[in-house]
Parts: sequence; structure tokens; C-alpha cells
Amino acid sequence: MRHLLSAGDLTRDDATLILDTAEEMRSLADRPIKKLPALRGRTVVNLFFEDSTRTRISFEAAAKRLSADVINFSAKGSSVSKGESLKDTALTLQAMGADGVVCRHGSSGAPHLLATSGWMTGSVVNAGDGTHEHPTQALLDAFTMRRHLGSLEGRRITIVGDVLHSRVARSNVLLLSTLGADVTVVAPPTLLPVGMSSWPCTTSYDLDSVLPKSDAVMMLRVQRERMNDAFFPSAREYSRRYGLDVHRMAQLPDEAIVLHPGPMNRGMEISAQVADSTRSVIVEQVTNGVAIRMAVLYLLLSGSPETSTTSTEEQTA
Amino acid sequence: MTAYLITGAKIVVGGPESERVADLLIDNGEIVAVGTNLDTPTDVETIDAKGLIALPGLVDLHTHLREPGREDAETVLTGTKAAALGGFTAVHAMANTDPVADTAGVVEQVWRLGREAGYADVYPIGAVTVGLKGTQLAELGAMADSAARVRVFSDDGMCVWDAALMRRALEYVKAFGGVIAQHAQEPRLTQGAQMNEGELSGVLGLTGWPSVAEESIIARDILLNGHVGSKLHICHLSTKGSVEIVRAAKKRGFEVTAEVTPHHLLLTEDLATSYNPVFKVNPPLRTKADVEAVREGLADGTIDIVATDHAPHPVEDKDCEWSAAAFGMLGLETALSVVQHAMIDTGLMTWAELADRMSYRPAAIGQVSEHGRPLEAGAPANLTLIDPAARRTVVPGESASLSRNTPFDGMELPGRVVATFLRGEPTVLDGKPAR
Amino acid sequence: MSPAPMPQSPDTQAAPRTVLDASDISRALTRIAHEILERNKGADPVVLLGIPTRGVGLAARISERITAVEGRSVPTGSLDVTMYRDDIGLKPARALEHTDIPPGGIDGKVVVLVDDVLFSGRTIRAALDAIGDIGRPKAVQLAVLVDRGHRELPIRADYVGKNLPTSLIERVTVHLTEYDGDDAVVIADKPADKSGDKPVDETARTGASA
Repeated sequence: MRHLLSAGDLTRDDATLILDTAEEMRSLADRPIKKLPALRGRTVVNLFFEDSTRTRISFEAAAKRLSADVINFSAKGSSVSKGESLKDTALTLQAMGADGVVCRHGSSGAPHLLATSGWMTGSVVNAGDGTHEHPTQALLDAFTMRRHLGSLEGRRITIVGDVLHSRVARSNVLLLSTLGADVTVVAPPTLLPVGMSSWPCTTSYDLDSVLPKSDAVMMLRVQRERMNDAFFPSAREYSRRYGLDVHRMAQLPDEAIVLHPGPMNRGMEISAQVADSTRSVIVEQVTNGVAIRMAVLYLLLSGSPETSTTSTEEQTA
Repeated sequence: MTAYLITGAKIVVGGPESERVADLLIDNGEIVAVGTNLDTPTDVETIDAKGLIALPGLVDLHTHLREPGREDAETVLTGTKAAALGGFTAVHAMANTDPVADTAGVVEQVWRLGREAGYADVYPIGAVTVGLKGTQLAELGAMADSAARVRVFSDDGMCVWDAALMRRALEYVKAFGGVIAQHAQEPRLTQGAQMNEGELSGVLGLTGWPSVAEESIIARDILLNGHVGSKLHICHLSTKGSVEIVRAAKKRGFEVTAEVTPHHLLLTEDLATSYNPVFKVNPPLRTKADVEAVREGLADGTIDIVATDHAPHPVEDKDCEWSAAAFGMLGLETALSVVQHAMIDTGLMTWAELADRMSYRPAAIGQVSEHGRPLEAGAPANLTLIDPAARRTVVPGESASLSRNTPFDGMELPGRVVATFLRGEPTVLDGKPAR
Repeated sequence: MSPAPMPQSPDTQAAPRTVLDASDISRALTRIAHEILERNKGADPVVLLGIPTRGVGLAARISERITAVEGRSVPTGSLDVTMYRDDIGLKPARALEHTDIPPGGIDGKVVVLVDDVLFSGRTIRAALDAIGDIGRPKAVQLAVLVDRGHRELPIRADYVGKNLPTSLIERVTVHLTEYDGDDAVVIADKPADKSGDKPVDETARTGASA
């Protein structure tokens, strides 16, 4: 692995290695010195073209705990043509000697372009691109589920909400299916992409029929402005048909958990009681996010750039 | 004026006897004679064209020359030079310049620049609506009456989406025999659209441009035109459904013509997987089934012509994120090779049919009498000689265009333009600009 | 596959030879257990930390022996040193091994690091750094099954199962039943070294060196 651009690029062994590594990273939280020397002397740039304080500080904490030098580069609101600025920014990062670039961008494929354009040589981590993917979010979700459910093989995982615009949903469907889970996405038909038949998941329009058969439910954030584009008639109707409240939650099997990538619209896709219930692992997701990002940065950046091979080879023994 | 004797070329003519080997004598801007053992003037320059094919000069009904306004992307001079190198002797310059070609003044400027450039005749296309805004008809009559004698009108880049306005435009141009070339794209269905809508757009997270947004406008406009009895031309038709609609309409006697671009004859949407914006174009690259359908439609005459939609963009408009990049691809210099590859070498079309789709019919739709004439005595000497056996690898840096956004970068394609003549004057010789 | 495997290389390599068998290993570990108790005047302050992979198995066996002698168990865990290695940026990223610090921690304790083979000493240096990030032991001691010499750092073992003079072209491999199906220490000639690397720390996971 040289870059992490799409959850779909990860083999099952790759993904398992990241999750296992994150497990080790997470134990660091219990130690007096929450720092490891693995990335000493390496520079990690957080290149954020979109505001996302949560994701940025999660990556920042991860890089710092691995002793990397961290530079935060907020490129939002640049007035020059966006194209020029991405290329020029990449050239700048190259000149600064960035070993790793964590890129959040509003345009699908922008991290892919950074990785393949030849503008820079560092490893690129996709921290969310447009409506495409958010692979570290999917990894931390899988990690959180694995801690509660054990192996995800055959586990029934339901993803509910605006799949059409959700990079979290895309990455999760790809990763969870790679890990052997049975994924179902539930949304009003307007919020599902056309031609989903090739996706490794099943789709449903009916949340109530799916909940009793779910080991984990992930509620996606639904933006109210989608209502204005006629994706659904009203927030109230959305909430009634696709929101998770305590009554719906009662249909879940006993051990099932509830996830949300945040930030939540309490009262819209998820009720406050559900978000604060014992089934909810939402706060834990945040903690696990740092461990996952440490694992990703460690596996991408700790080796020598010249000899980087798939990390799975190293896993044998 | 130098006289030229082109010897031994395979000459493409219409009709059953579609190709024959003969000599061609050009003098005084005209084809003087076609045959063997021709009487030649003493100072004639002879071009040995054995193994080459002589085609009537190609006519492009859809070219973006960018001048005035975006001279960093293309000028009339560089664009027509690229045209000549691609075997074209006439191009129709689209109206979406800055200022928009929506007045007699702008179209005359473009027309004059074409005359001065001398590489190909430039026929300006006038905008249908003021500023391409789709709200108020431009002065179509003034453009028709101007020195540029505009006959084709298009808001290309924008769809004339208002049905009432489209109806009026079709009706209005009947007064001077004009044609409305529609960029068929229902705007509400394609807000923020980035690529063909389908499985892949969902996976790549790029907003989809559904086929139905094209097909619904085509169907509507064919019906509108059937109602008012004018001339409708469909720009860059790209989907299987569009082919079926046009085919059915023609069968039922509706008047409509349609074009397809070289890139839609060859490339498919999966190129977007690279997120390389050189493959970003409007309408977007479609599926394999669509490519097969437009090839079939071009072969059976449902689609009348090939038009390049040559759309130059400066490097910075393509060297960026997909969604920030401009739509469009270069086309003039590769069109003939791509059509040979997609249609001739596959056995779908003959060279005579290619001459029909790339010269005779586009000239007829554009109402250009100087061009698109069979290669016979008395016709203006507008022709191109091509070597169908040559193969070449496309190198963007070698383009005569000011821009480099060719999607065929690195592809090996058949055919090479050896020479092009515009009214008896060579614009291209030995595959290079003659001046 | 052929039932009679022949050496594939025409190079004349000495056949691998077993230098310690299962009972040799067992005796060595028993002795080490006793030495640890003797040196530390009982099991009280001792925490055993095995260095993955095979150091963990050896630590567990020593722990069993101490329990048998003392009638009580000693805290035993594992310490992964991958991220503390000095060659971390020079090789492809490695998978982490499990670190398991026993519940009482290591502050004020005598940490006995356990590894299979002591070689350049670089792994032990990394382990000392790792320990420093976890706590402040009263003392750190080192137990190894085999010391094969060729130190590159000023490090020595407190408890040695067997001193085994080797040449740099040799490869020492420790087999333990729980990982390899048998107990043995084997010496073989290294296969021709294509990379030209120094013969140190070639791999931490096969237990070949360190």
C-alpha cells in the first residue's frame, strides 16, 4: 500500500492488517506516554479543502502520537481557480518534503489526482472526497463493529440514509463486504444512486423490515437542504420513514449496536434517546478514529518509500 | 496559381462505383479534370498519390475556435490550421465565444478572421438566444443577412430548454432557411452533472448526466419541429436511446438531422475511473452499448454526419480536479483517424460513406455550396489526400491547436492526412502545414 | 512434488544442524528460571516480558517454571518493539505484534526481557526504549535462549541458555512447538544473500536473529 484512496482498494488481508494494527494502537490510550516513535522525522500534511474539524483533529492526533511532524494546511476559500490551487498546492507540499498528505476535498477524485498526477511523491490518504469515499471512516466503523460483534463474517449490517451523496456509505459498503459482512442499504429511492446492482450489498426502501435482521445499524447524516432539491418531501416525513427512534430501535436484536459517523442531526435521522442509549457506540467511534488513523499512517509511512510493498507480505508468520 | 497533378490516388466518388484510381488535375482553384493521361500545363506540380485516398475536403459542423475571447485556448488561425491538418476545408465556428456570437458584428468578425487565416473556410454559427441565456431570441435575421451569411444557429453548450422559445426559433429561421442546432440537455436533470449516469457514476461519486436528459429534449424538439416544419439539427447525439428516437422519427417522416462526435464513436465512460479531466466532455462519454448504437446509427444514416465538437481548453482548465475542470476535447486533427478506426476498419462504412458523413452532408446541412462537392471536373478544388495504411500515435504536444486536451493521447490510430487543398491551394503538404 | 527433495542450489551448503534439542531447551529454561529467582531473591519483583514472536513463548515457559518452583505466578506479558527499531524507515512497513503489559504495570519492578536469539543487540535497544515509554522499572534484565555473538551495541544478556559462537554467514533459527511444531535450535548457512545487506536483524519474525 502506498496510498489509501478507496476502501475498495483494500484486500481482506490489507483491511485486517489495518484493523489489527489499530487494535495495538488503541492500547496506547492506556499508557502513561501516549506517543510512539514510529514516524519520527516524517512530515504529515493535513490538506483540507473543506472544513472538517473532527476529521482533521483525529488525523492530527494520530500523526502526533506517532511522532510525525504535522502541518495543517487549510486551503478552503482560495480565490484562484480551484484547479490551479490544487496543483500549486501539491507542488508546494512536494517542495516542503511532505511524506504523507491527508487530503479532504469537495471534489470526488481529488486525492486520486494528487496520488497519480506526478505533482508530488508522498503517500496520499483520502480523508473524504466529494461524494466518493471516506475510507478511514469506514475502517473506524468496521473496527468499532468488530470490537462489539467479533468477526464481521456473515454479520448483517444496515446503512440508512443519503447513500447517493454519502462518501461514508460508499466506503463502508466496499469495506464491510470485503470483510465478509452482509450489507443492506436503506434509503428512499431518490437517495440511492441509479444502477446499484453492481454494489456488493442489497438495497431496501423499508427500514422496519430490515431492523430485526441487523447486527449493526449505521445512520447517515441527512442534510436538510436535500429537501429543497426534492429528494424527499419534508424533514418530518423523512424522519418518520427513515429516522431511528426508540420504537424502531426496539426491533433490533438484543446485541445490535447503533453507529453514526457524525455530526448528527438529532431528531432527524436519529433521535436523542437513541444517540444516548447504551446501544449507541457513537462516542467510541471517535476514539477509535484516532487508532485507525494511526494504523493507516503507520502502515503507509513507516516503511522506506523505495521498498514499499503490500504490507500483507510482512504479515505472514 | 500553381497547378497540381495528383496521380494514382484512389478517388472516392459517390454511387456504386464508389472508388476508382485516377489522376486529378487542379488549376485555378478548381478540379479541371479527373481521369488518366490528362493534358497537363507545362509547369504543373505533380504529387504522387499512389496508395493514397482522395476525399472531398471535410466539413465540420461543430468547431469551437474560441476567438474572440479565449485566444489562450485557440484562435481562428490555430484552429483552422488544426482543421487543415485533419483534412478539413471548412469549419462551422460555434457561437459560445466571448462576446457571444449573437450579433452580426461578432459573426462577421469571425468570418473575416477565417478569410485571413486561409487554412479553412470558417462559417460562423449564430447564437439562438442573446448571450446563450435562453430567454430572448438573438437577432437571427441580422446574422443571416450579414457578410457571414449565417444559416446555422445554436446555443451549443447550453440547451434551448424553453419549449416555447425553441418553437419560435424554429419558426423564425424558416424565413431564411436557417437550421437550429440543438444541444440537447435538459438542464434540471443535469444540474452539476459530471459524467454519464449509471453504475460507474455511483461508484465514482460523480454526479450523473442521465441519457434521458438528452433523449427527452430530442424527442420534444423533433415533435416541435414536426409541428412548425422547420429545420432541426441535433448536436453530438450520444446515447442509444437518442439513436432509436431519431431512427423512429425519420421513419415516420419527421425532418431532423443529427451528428455524432468522433469521441462518442470510440471512447466509453470507464475512462473517468482515472479522474483525469481530459475525459470530461459534454455530453459525457457513455457506455459500450451507446458506442455500438451510435456507430450503427451513423452507418445506417440515422445519424447524418460526424462533427468534431473540437473544444480546446488551456492546460489549467484540465490540469485540476474533475469537477473543477472544463468540459470538452480536441477533435479536428484526430477525427478522420478515429472514424476510420471505428467505422471503416470495422467494416461498418465505406470510404464513400465516410465522404458522405464528413463532407457532403455536413456541407448540405450547413448550406455551404463551396464545399462537400464530389471530386469531379468543375468542382472547387477542396480535397484531402490521406494515407489509410499509415499508423500513428497521438502526441498532444504535436497538435497545431493551442490546446493539448486530446483524449487520444498515446493511442495508436490508423490513417494520416498527407495533403489538403483549399480552392486549389495546398494548406497541408507532406502532412505539414503548407505555409 | 518429488518425494526426495534435493538441494536446489549447486552451492555447497552445509546441511542444517540441530545444536539444541527439546530436552536441551527445556533444561536451559529451567536453569534460567532458577537463575532469575536466585538473582532477584524470589519472584516478587519480577515481570517477564517476551519479545514477539518466540520470546513470548519462551517467557511463558519460564513463567511456568517459576510458578512450579515458587508456588505462585509472576506477571508475564509481551512487548512489541517494531516501532522502536532503528531500521524502521529503511524497510517496508511491518505488521505490529501484540504488546501486553500485565495489569500491575512495570513501575518499580524488575523487568526481565525474554528473547530467543541475541545477535546485534539492536532489538534489545529498541526494547529498552519501548520500556521507557511504558514506565520506570527498578531494573531491566535480559534472558535469551541463544547468544550467538556479533554484538553491535554495548548490550549483554543476564541469563543465557547457550552461548553459540557462529559465523556471520550462518543463520540461527529457534523452533518452538507452539509456533513451529517442534523444539529445536538449528544452525544453517544463509542462502546466498542477494541484497547484500548486513547480516543483522534480517527478520524479527522468524526468530532467526536479534
